[in-house]
Amino acid sequence: MNLQPQIVEMNLQPQILESISRSAAEVFTTMLGVELGPGEASVERDMHDASDGVVSFIGVAGMWAGTGVIVCSPEMACRICNHMLMTENSSVNEEVLDAVAELTNMIIGSVKNDIETQVGPLGLSIPTVVFGKNFRTKSAGATDWVTVRFPWEGETLLVKMCLAPH
Amino acid sequence: MESDLLVVDDSAAIRKILQRVLRQTGMSIGAIYEAGDGQEALTVLETNKVDLILSDINMPKMDGLQLLASLKASDQWRHIPVIMITTEGGATKVGEAGRLGAAGYVKKPFSADQIKEKLAGILESAQSL
Repeated sequence: MNLQPQIVEMNLQPQILESISRSAAEVFTTMLGVELGPGEASVERDMHDASDGVVSFIGVAGMWAGTGVIVCSPEMACRICNHMLMTENSSVNEEVLDAVAELTNMIIGSVKNDIETQVGPLGLSIPTVVFGKNFRTKSAGATDWVTVRFPWEGETLLVKMCLAPH
Repeated sequence: MESDLLVVDDSAAIRKILQRVLRQTGMSIGAIYEAGDGQEALTVLETNKVDLILSDINMPKMDGLQLLASLKASDQWRHIPVIMITTEGGATKVGEAGRLGAAGYVKKPFSADQIKEKLAGILESAQSL
C-alpha cells in the first residue's frame, strides 16, 4: 500500500518531536555534562518575527528535504560553549559560534539518523551560524516546523525542524 | 610506550573536545596533532609519524572517506588504524568506511569512556606489530 506523502509527513511529526527531545538531552548530558529538562513541543507555521541572538541552520537532503534550526541568546551560546569546551567566554566569538554549530550538527544529525529508517538515506549540510540583532530568517516553502523549547538555566533553547518530500 | 595521534575534524570545537577527552582517558598518549580536513591530514602525516587517526566523515575539501581511501592506497600509511567519529549513523557511510578499511567507528555525541574503549584494543594491536 502506498501512503500519500502528506499523510506520511503528518505521521513523522511525533517521531521528530520525540527524536529532538531525546537527542538534545543526550548531547547535553554527554558533551556538556549537564542535564537538559523536558521541552515544550509544538508544531508551528513559519514565523517571520524579527530575531536577536544566535541562529544555527543545517540542511537535510534526500528523498525528503528540510532544515534543522537551533536558536538561543548570545549569553546561552556562551554558556553552551563554556560547558562544551571548558572555556570562559563572555561574548560571542568564533569559538562560541563553532560550538553552537557543532551542537546543531550533533542534535539534528541524531534526529536525521532516527528518521532515516522511515524516509530513506538523508545527507546533512555543514552548519551555518548567524549572530546579530533585528534580523529575519525565512525558509523557502510553507512546511510546518516541529518545534521544542527547552528551558535551561533561566533561558530557552529552541530546536526546530521542517521536513517534506523532495 | 606513548602513542601519537592525529585528530581530523572541520570543527575546532570537536578537535578541542577530543584533545581533552583523549588526555582524560589516562592512556599513554604523546602528541595529538590536528587537521581540519583530509588534505591537511595528509600534510601532517608527511612530516609526523602517528600511531592512530581519529577522523570525521563529513568535511569540506577532502572528506573522511576520501582520506581513508588515500591512506589505504599508500604503502607508507596503510598500516595506520583509522577510527571514524561522526554523527552519520546511517549504514551507507559507516558501511563504506568499513569496506575501505576503517578500524572502528564512534558516534557523536561520545563520552570519554566510549573513546577509551574504542582506542584501547586498537592501539594495543597496532603497537604489538
